[in-house]
Amino acid sequence: MSSFWSIWITVLTLGTLVGCFLILRWCMKNFAGVEEGASMGHSFDGIEELNNPLPGWWSKFFLVTIVWAFGYLLLYPGLGNWEGLLGWKSSNQGILSLAESKAQVSESKETGVLVQYDREIAAANAKYNPLFEAYAARSIEDLATDKAALKIGQRLFLQNCSQCHGSDAGGATGFPSLIDKAWLYGGTPEAIKATIMHGRKAKGMMAWAPALGGEQGVEEVAAYVLSLSNRKVDAELAKAGQTKFALCMACHGTDGTGSLAMGIAVGAPDLTDKIWLYGGSQRNVEESIRNGRAGVMPAWKDILGKEKVHVISAYVYSLSQH
Amino acid sequence: MKNKHELIEKNVGLFFIFTILAISIGGLVEITPLFFQTAMNKPVDNLKPYTALQMEGRDIYIRDGCHVCHSQMIRPLRAETERYGHYSVAGEHVWEHPFLWGSKRTGPDLARVGGRYSDAWHIAHLYDPRSVVPESNMPAFKWLSENKLDGELTGKKLEIFNKLTEHRSHKDAQGNPIPLYTTEEIAGAKSAVKGKTEMEALVAYLQSLGHALK
Repeated sequence: MSSFWSIWITVLTLGTLVGCFLILRWCMKNFAGVEEGASMGHSFDGIEELNNPLPGWWSKFFLVTIVWAFGYLLLYPGLGNWEGLLGWKSSNQGILSLAESKAQVSESKETGVLVQYDREIAAANAKYNPLFEAYAARSIEDLATDKAALKIGQRLFLQNCSQCHGSDAGGATGFPSLIDKAWLYGGTPEAIKATIMHGRKAKGMMAWAPALGGEQGVEEVAAYVLSLSNRKVDAELAKAGQTKFALCMACHGTDGTGSLAMGIAVGAPDLTDKIWLYGGSQRNVEESIRNGRAGVMPAWKDILGKEKVHVISAYVYSLSQH
Repeated sequence: MKNKHELIEKNVGLFFIFTILAISIGGLVEITPLFFQTAMNKPVDNLKPYTALQMEGRDIYIRDGCHVCHSQMIRPLRAETERYGHYSVAGEHVWEHPFLWGSKRTGPDLARVGGRYSDAWHIAHLYDPRSVVPESNMPAFKWLSENKLDGELTGKKLEIFNKLTEHRSHKDAQGNPIPLYTTEEIAGAKSAVKGKTEMEALVAYLQSLGHALK
């Protein structure tokens, strides 16, 4: 802050305090030219204004607040460039990047500036970091049997993951359930952790209606797809659909068991189980074929950090180990 | 006159002037100096202007009153940063007119919501919040998927933001200000948004929030 504005703030602030004091002192005197307790001359409806002094307790409290203000402004940064005797500030507001933020944290540690937020974080880190480090050193399979770790994992899951996957992790239309044994990118501890850390972007199913020759083709393929999980379908339609399913095999596999069974990470679901990510009614399946689908899982490494992701991975892994 | 206080008690005009003086001191001390402080006017290194579509989304955010229930201001308190990410800093907001900090959190803070959810989630959630978050009390904004943008005013909006941010834009190597939008971007703004739904615009805006502090 330039010295002009520093002086501006200081003069106005201290001036206001002094002004308050002077006005208070003036009001504590009897300046009305009327004897104390006598009438001020205003009277209405039998109610009369008397020249009563300010209540003593009130005036004294006012004086205390003025003294308090001077003490406060001495200790805390309130007067322009004056940083206060305590060297206290709430946070590092002027930073322009995360790197600068980090640099400021270590700088204030060295210079002894008391940054409230940094202190709060340091205290929390001292308490929780050893816990997360200990968890990070253990395998996900091992953590998935640790009740305390799972409880933390569940809290983190509810906080960050439940919006899409549901509070019970049962998923929603378009957002996979994590409690069944069907996986798009793998249900091993490593695969789960990789999914959470870096996110997943389905290769994306294109809109197939044009390539399949319009609605007729969509209906045929849908019938065949439904037949894969032993649903009752029109046999003729399904037969026609089977030939056209050749177009789908690159991602869903020759037998429709999905990309994971082929060991590729494009996120094409298994079509032979009875689990439907985008709904399993005939209309839903036709809709998926007609307009295509593409699921995206955000990456959480930068938001949560790898230690927390490790614990969430253990929680998610535990959900399907029944 | 012996009783000087009577002067303001019986003179409304004078009393009004003294009142204005008294209540303006707080603003003169706490607000005025901020306008002249470089630390509060400098954009963070990675701050990027909204694209034409994001800008339209921002206006829909304002129109539908999202800021009434959602703040965009993460305070430097651990309880908030654990949930939302790094606390908000001044440099992230220097190009905002008006600020959308909000003052009430019926819903969560959105300052860093960008990238936390997929586009598909936002669309499902705005169309019918309870389809993905059963306990949500957010209203459904179904019309967003139907209403289409015509882009008539988009270019003009970008132009206005160029003007508003003149003194707070990034600087090039020679220290000259770089305007937020080039003339080509302003000219192409209409075609960039025309025919897009309000849903697309709003989701684009939401996904852009909070990436500037890197």
